[in-house]
Amino acid sequence: MLESISPLELNAIIANSPSIDQIGTLERIARIQARSIKGAAKLKGLRMALSMIDLTTLEGKDTPGKVRQLCYKAQHLHDQAADLPTVAAVCVYPTMVGVAKKALGNSGIKVASVSTAFPSGQAPFELKKLDTQYALDNGADEIDMVISRGRFLAGDYQFVYDEIAAIKALCGQARIKVIFETGELDSLDQVRRISDLAIAAGADFIKTSTGKIQPAATFPVVLTMLGAIKDHFDKTGQMIGMKPAGGISSSKLALQHLLMVKEVLGEAWLSNEWYRFGASSLANDLLMQYQKQQTGKYQSAAYFSID
Amino acid sequence: MSNSTWNLEPSLESAAQVQIKSQYELFIDGKWQAPLSNAYFDSVNPADESPLTKIAWANAADIDLAVSAARSAYDNSWSTMGGAARGKYLFRIARLMQEKAKELAVLETLDGGKPIRESRDIDIPLACNHFFYYAGWADKLQEAFAGQQISPLGVAAQIIPWNFPLLMLAWKVAPALACGNTVVLKPAETTSLTALKFAEICQEAGLPAGVVNIVTGYGDTGAALVAHPNVDKIAFTGSTAVGKQIQKACIGTSKKLTLELGGKSANIILEDAPIDQAVEGVINAIFFNQGHVCCAGSRLFVQESIADRVLEKLKFRLQSIYVGNPLDKNTDVGAVNSKKQLETIERYIQLGLEEGAEIYQPTCELPSSGYYCKPTLFMDVAQSARIVQEEIFGPVLTIQTFRTIEEVVQKANNSPYGLAAGIWTDKGARIFGVSQQLNAGVIWANTYNKFDPASPFGGYKESGFGREGGRHGLSAYLKFSN
Amino acid sequence: MEILKTYKLYIGGQFPRTESGRSYAVLAPNGKHLANVCQASKKDVRNAVQAARKAQASWAGKTAFNRSQIVYRIAEMLENRKVQFIEELAAMGLAQQSAEQEVQMSIDRCVYYAGWADKFQTLLGSVNPVGSSHFNFSVPEPMGVVGVVACQQTALLGLISQILPLLIGGNTVVVVANTTQPLCAISFAEVLATSDVPGGVVNILTGEVGELLPTLAGHMDVNALSIAPIDSNLQNAAQEAAIDNLKRVRIFTDPLHVKSAQGLPYIADFQEIKTTWHPVEQVAGGAGGY
Repeated sequence: MLESISPLELNAIIANSPSIDQIGTLERIARIQARSIKGAAKLKGLRMALSMIDLTTLEGKDTPGKVRQLCYKAQHLHDQAADLPTVAAVCVYPTMVGVAKKALGNSGIKVASVSTAFPSGQAPFELKKLDTQYALDNGADEIDMVISRGRFLAGDYQFVYDEIAAIKALCGQARIKVIFETGELDSLDQVRRISDLAIAAGADFIKTSTGKIQPAATFPVVLTMLGAIKDHFDKTGQMIGMKPAGGISSSKLALQHLLMVKEVLGEAWLSNEWYRFGASSLANDLLMQYQKQQTGKYQSAAYFSID
Repeated sequence: MSNSTWNLEPSLESAAQVQIKSQYELFIDGKWQAPLSNAYFDSVNPADESPLTKIAWANAADIDLAVSAARSAYDNSWSTMGGAARGKYLFRIARLMQEKAKELAVLETLDGGKPIRESRDIDIPLACNHFFYYAGWADKLQEAFAGQQISPLGVAAQIIPWNFPLLMLAWKVAPALACGNTVVLKPAETTSLTALKFAEICQEAGLPAGVVNIVTGYGDTGAALVAHPNVDKIAFTGSTAVGKQIQKACIGTSKKLTLELGGKSANIILEDAPIDQAVEGVINAIFFNQGHVCCAGSRLFVQESIADRVLEKLKFRLQSIYVGNPLDKNTDVGAVNSKKQLETIERYIQLGLEEGAEIYQPTCELPSSGYYCKPTLFMDVAQSARIVQEEIFGPVLTIQTFRTIEEVVQKANNSPYGLAAGIWTDKGARIFGVSQQLNAGVIWANTYNKFDPASPFGGYKESGFGREGGRHGLSAYLKFSN
Repeated sequence: MEILKTYKLYIGGQFPRTESGRSYAVLAPNGKHLANVCQASKKDVRNAVQAARKAQASWAGKTAFNRSQIVYRIAEMLENRKVQFIEELAAMGLAQQSAEQEVQMSIDRCVYYAGWADKFQTLLGSVNPVGSSHFNFSVPEPMGVVGVVACQQTALLGLISQILPLLIGGNTVVVVANTTQPLCAISFAEVLATSDVPGGVVNILTGEVGELLPTLAGHMDVNALSIAPIDSNLQNAAQEAAIDNLKRVRIFTDPLHVKSAQGLPYIADFQEIKTTWHPVEQVAGGAGGY
């Protein structure tokens, strides 16, 4: 059994978590959104965004067939365009990890598995560990776990911390993304608090949402989480990754998110090592914009495959 | 995949969408009139020092014509047509301004050097909104001052500065007209173009001749306007030194006077503040409009327990401030308004160094021509340093630390000025307590540099007297008789 | 044998003699010697301003209701001393009936302003509907220390009418009294001293306006001036001296004691307007900022 954090240390993490003014946060975002991303910068941004996608299917009706198609898409985003990057990872349920792993072969694209009773997180702790272990055993490179939001909102920070730390310990070399489901967390102060807690508990990435709850990866939530990552880096020199998921479906939004990362964290985070988009429909919009930039013509969805 | 650098490309707003004439005349009695002296002065674009146009330089005789036109318009149409009709004209002007918003924004940026993002998103919309706001007051003045006998004053002489040219015009002209006065307005010599464009808008709106007169020129033009015996009201925004001269010139007359002058406003961060938003507030407080803001939060006070962290964050934030071509949509800090002002700012930076303060400026390249100044932090400064006491009117921030709230309130108030103050803390009770103690006309709590037509603006002490904006802004343009 | 009263200055709640040691005679219209009063000097002005400054913050810090109570207390004390004031007014030349009327009006005015003390804020302040997600409100605040040149036409009513609107708004005052009819002013100071008005809130000097006003007007720690109708050269000089620290100057051309010259506008003339902004968080389910 893992050694737990002392109540004193835990209290310090919670107490030192700064408050977040929502209106000021929105104003900062408005400044970033007012920027104009054009020309070569836009092209580069679009390519960057493509390379950062965790192409995702998380449906009750997922089948090996569906997952295989998604994996093909991940490797062949748009073969009509030369020299495109692939996405960063494919994100699936634990039961589909094996299928994805096989389909992706040695493409370099990672397999990320959701775990810990995704999306609700409402399962006994032992089952969550089994869930995670199953994914790892089937070859998952990354684990996207959900936190116990009910426990967090009830103030049981110890439980939330221990859960993250235990899953992290289980993961070994596999990187762990901790999903907060910010749409259930009530306020930016809470978002900041869980960010600090999760980072302390060993999160490699922090991730906004499951995609099952609205609102999901809103700008204020993402900016707040970036703030936690920045403060942790300034304090320890350790980089933490960020993954907004859900709601980022257009190129414009994706580019604005990237610009926010650049201004808040710095360019070091502008790689799929440290930044991911959890998305399914974003890829095609990025591709269409990319083609528009290349050809000067506005594109039709009919020309872009929909796996 | 690694992406070593990702830099935005310049995204220039097109200057071709505005037509600048080769020469501008005076706008008197609804007509464009050449100055009697036939004197003109050059106007340049501070972003690249290129000449923009020639502008008429009004003398006392021109002022006399303008005041006579305003007086005649006051007597014959404006004061007698009733509030509802006046309101309709103001609404019409507001709409026309909105329709020409883009043109006005580009013009403002070309003429004054401010970033297009600010002129487009802040100056011009606020100016339009000001006319909308006061348009609605024009037929409700009695309701605003129930139980009091009110009447317009007559001819209002208005002198405005170069930092927010059209916005300051709106702050002055809209309430004056709503209250039934006619105006003679003198824009600053470096930023006349949007005022002259506004004159065209008045023509297009069919505003009766003489209700609005625009006289361009330097300080001597303004002095002649202030001294004119047929002026009933003087509204001035500018430096405290000139404000005092105007106050002196009004002695022994019945001219009603409002002054909106300088400042050295304190921006106070307490240790429990929402720190990232506070840092952003500091940026907005001092680098908005190149720091050419009378209410700029130019004195930062940070509680010692968080001072290192705030400084670290500020320095990092400065790296993503874009300084350069004001027409670039990504520019955060544009051109300093004039060579003269740039020299003033540079003199103060030199002074700060001589006073032993530690300086920090981000590594950014400035354009090779035009008037530019890097965002500048001075750390480790004392209250007694001149850079802490005097208004610099540029992107220069002094940073002092403090230990107790009592200490910071004393230091914040320890200034001849009293225009604005900022206070950042998560504790509601403390916000009210501290802001009650601060001698300033505008308190921004957990925010900074916010403006709205409905919100009264104006200072305590040597920052001037009278309020602009809101219901309170009407008082400056009305006569109260018992 | 009648004991003659010495009329002294009123500074910081005390009744000192002028530091200059000077006095001048107050005469009735028929030439009869009524009393000697202090002829205050520049240094007395300085002391009075110091006292007023010292008292200002705590006076402004009292609740409006409390200031109302204190001003009402002045009315009670005046009522108590009615006879004395009528006699003084009569001695300085007023007809008996006029004297009685002026004292009654003075008491009424105290009651009137006692009532204003906790109400003008509601009328001068506002909540302003700004176009961003901020709560924005404006409140009046006292200007601080106000220099007052009292009405030179009346001995009591003008003085009271001029200073009460300042006091209820949280200002403290330094008054140059009616030069030729100063007796009531000093007696009024005795009323203040025995009511609940803290020392230093009202300071009263007797002497020459022409000597005291320039000092008062030029004093860098005086925030505003209220000048009753006096010689226009003196007014102009005061205005010029006031420029150095941008004093707010209100010059009255009409008599202050008349009812129509009183009320909210006069209170407002000695109030600053402070506007405060604060963000308003958008709660989930509303505009949806989160």
